[in-house]
Amino acid sequence: MLDALATPSETRTRPILEVKGLKAYYQMNYFGVQREVRAVDDVTMTISRGEIYGIAGESSSGKSSLIKTIAGAIRPPLRVVEGSVKFDFGGKTLDVYADPARMKAARWQHLSYIMQGSMNVLNPVRKVKHAFHDFAYKHMSLGEGDFRQRLVSHLERIGLDPRVLESYPHQLSGGMRQRLTIALATVCEPEFIIADEPTTALDVLVQQDVLALIKDVQRRMGSSIIFVTHDMTVHAAIADRIGIVYAGRLVEEGPTLDVFQQPQHPYTAHLIASLPRIGDLRKRKALPGKPPNLSEPPSGCRFHPRCPLAIDICKTENPPLETRGTGRVACWRAGEVEAA
Amino acid sequence: MTPLLELNGVNKDYSIGGFLDRSTLHAVKDVSFKLESDKPEIFTIVGESGSGKTTTARMILGNETPTSGTLRFMGQDIAAIRSRADRLKFMARAQPIFQNPFEAFNPLTTLDYYLFSTARRFLGLKSRAEVEAAADRSLQHVGLSLTEVRGRYSHELSGGQLQRIAVARALIPGPKLIVADEPVSMVDASLRMSIVNLFRDLRDNLGVSIIYITHDLSTAFYISDRVIIMYRGEVVESGDAKTVLGSPTHAYSRALRNAVLPPDPIAARAIIEAKLADANLAGPAGA
Ligand SMILES: Nc1ncnc2c1ncn2[C@@H]1O[C@H](COP(=O)(O)OP(=O)(O)OP(=O)(O)O)[C@@H](O)[C@H]1O
Ligand SMILES: Nc1ncnc2c1ncn2[C@@H]1O[C@H](COP(=O)(O)OP(=O)(O)OP(=O)(O)O)[C@@H](O)[C@H]1O
Ligand SMILES: [Mg+2]
Ligand SMILES: [Mg+2]
Repeated sequence: MLDALATPSETRTRPILEVKGLKAYYQMNYFGVQREVRAVDDVTMTISRGEIYGIAGESSSGKSSLIKTIAGAIRPPLRVVEGSVKFDFGGKTLDVYADPARMKAARWQHLSYIMQGSMNVLNPVRKVKHAFHDFAYKHMSLGEGDFRQRLVSHLERIGLDPRVLESYPHQLSGGMRQRLTIALATVCEPEFIIADEPTTALDVLVQQDVLALIKDVQRRMGSSIIFVTHDMTVHAAIADRIGIVYAGRLVEEGPTLDVFQQPQHPYTAHLIASLPRIGDLRKRKALPGKPPNLSEPPSGCRFHPRCPLAIDICKTENPPLETRGTGRVACWRAGEVEAA
Repeated sequence: MTPLLELNGVNKDYSIGGFLDRSTLHAVKDVSFKLESDKPEIFTIVGESGSGKTTTARMILGNETPTSGTLRFMGQDIAAIRSRADRLKFMARAQPIFQNPFEAFNPLTTLDYYLFSTARRFLGLKSRAEVEAAADRSLQHVGLSLTEVRGRYSHELSGGQLQRIAVARALIPGPKLIVADEPVSMVDASLRMSIVNLFRDLRDNLGVSIIYITHDLSTAFYISDRVIIMYRGEVVESGDAKTVLGSPTHAYSRALRNAVLPPDPIAARAIIEAKLADANLAGPAGA
């Protein structure tokens, strides 16, 4: 209904993605024993058109599970338990879990998703050029020649010789394959790009080229991008806003500069303070305690067992994610966090 | 004394391209280095993506043969190891660790199974008690124990714990050398530190040498004894890690060092903007 009433300018300003109260759990049954890993627990967020949103957090905190669920790319044992994911493509609402058929059609045309470790998804028995033909070319209204030209200049920007198109995946290095999957997801310039750890296998020089390419696609095409990485320097370089995930929950979100300069959650403050700097041999202060077990998460605020600021309420009550300053934070002591 | 590992003028060529435009790719060019057997060290390889690091590692592990040059492990020509028995003996001494701890273990198999089967295969152990003792001993070296790991599946543990278990498994045969190809790229900064600190403990307490391949210059600087920098198949700079990474002299190594993104949004953004400006001068992509 809203769709019909929206004026063109409203369409443009409406967020491209709205995630509401999303819960997605791995539900398993081992020899009759039910187990549940609450990897995405009550996440609410919106992404604006043309925005680059970075998701950060430690290993196993649920970053991949979250964006997999947003991309509609989950399979058992991961299941959506509650909540919704809605995209707005060209003024039409696409409710990912209410309309799986349309979601499937939107893949590649409106949305591309680069999975974690996706350098291993290229078909091992086919030359890589076929992947470009199947996924990108089919969704673009370009002639063969123009497509080829676009592709070649695209590859060259991230340091790949166009001859790689004639190779089989096993003939390429890990970083070359990772760059190919990024090229695959960006060459057709989709409205929405979701990328999970897209630069982990690259040297720092090539990584910069890839980040510049992503930024360029966003700027020229107005694409919206969510990307996940535990590398805070990558967030510093290209994210407009950052969301910090801890134990399946979004604990802080805000404009990149503000998050770096004035972290509001004690966990974020720790992340920023412990960034390694080359030439610095000091041992870093590690967080005390162990990363939480998501099948038996701590009560109250999930960070409380490791938090230097924890008080009684933190042990029993989960702090809601509330607007504070330019961002949102879920912490009972948000006002008292010292900047690093 | 016979060196632990000695590479002498090692080259690896691949023939690439189609039927008509076949050409030769020099993946590794004239690489030589030596690890002494009485001086365990962390020997790090950094360099450009596609510069031949993994290919070098594969040759050291005997999974690929050089086009020319020799690789010797404890005096033996690695490419000449033929019989199954010799191969097993070699593998017991030189163990790999891979990039993705989540892929190294099948999600449907319990982790202790991997440790037990390694103990049976390499140590020839038969009785359950012996096998378990061997698994527990190597888990202790990485700060874990069999009680913590028994019956657990890979997804129940963190990436850092899994990578520790991968190291524990590699330790079971009592290796002299561990070849770790990007062992920390999939894990966060604090787990990275715990894994490289573990490498240091293995070097100091067990006398194991480690070939550490990485793109992470800060852990490389922090942990390495010596480092080589590879660019287009060649070693362009080598030596003491603090010197080479602290004040590199070759143009590529300098560029690499200067390209490390600063953990500061204003400075990091400026770098990406400069890249973008360069790329657009060179010709707009796709336009
Ligand atoms: N197939 C699965 N079955 C059961 N549990 C799983 C599965 N995949 C992931 N998990 C669990 O879900 C939790 C979140 O994992 P996820 O992969 O989303 O984390 P992540 O933040 O992306 O970590 P990383 O930085 O290591 O990629 C972890 O506890 C993990 O063990
Ligand atoms: N089996 C093969 N057939 C043909 N070419 C190959 C083969 N294996 C590797 N190559 C080529 O050899 C070169 C070196 O690859 P290698 O995997 O050693 O690089 P690397 O330094 O490990 O890079 P990365 O940092 O991206 O992992 C690359 O150009 C690659 O395409
Ligand atoms: Mg992940
Ligand atoms: Mg490699």
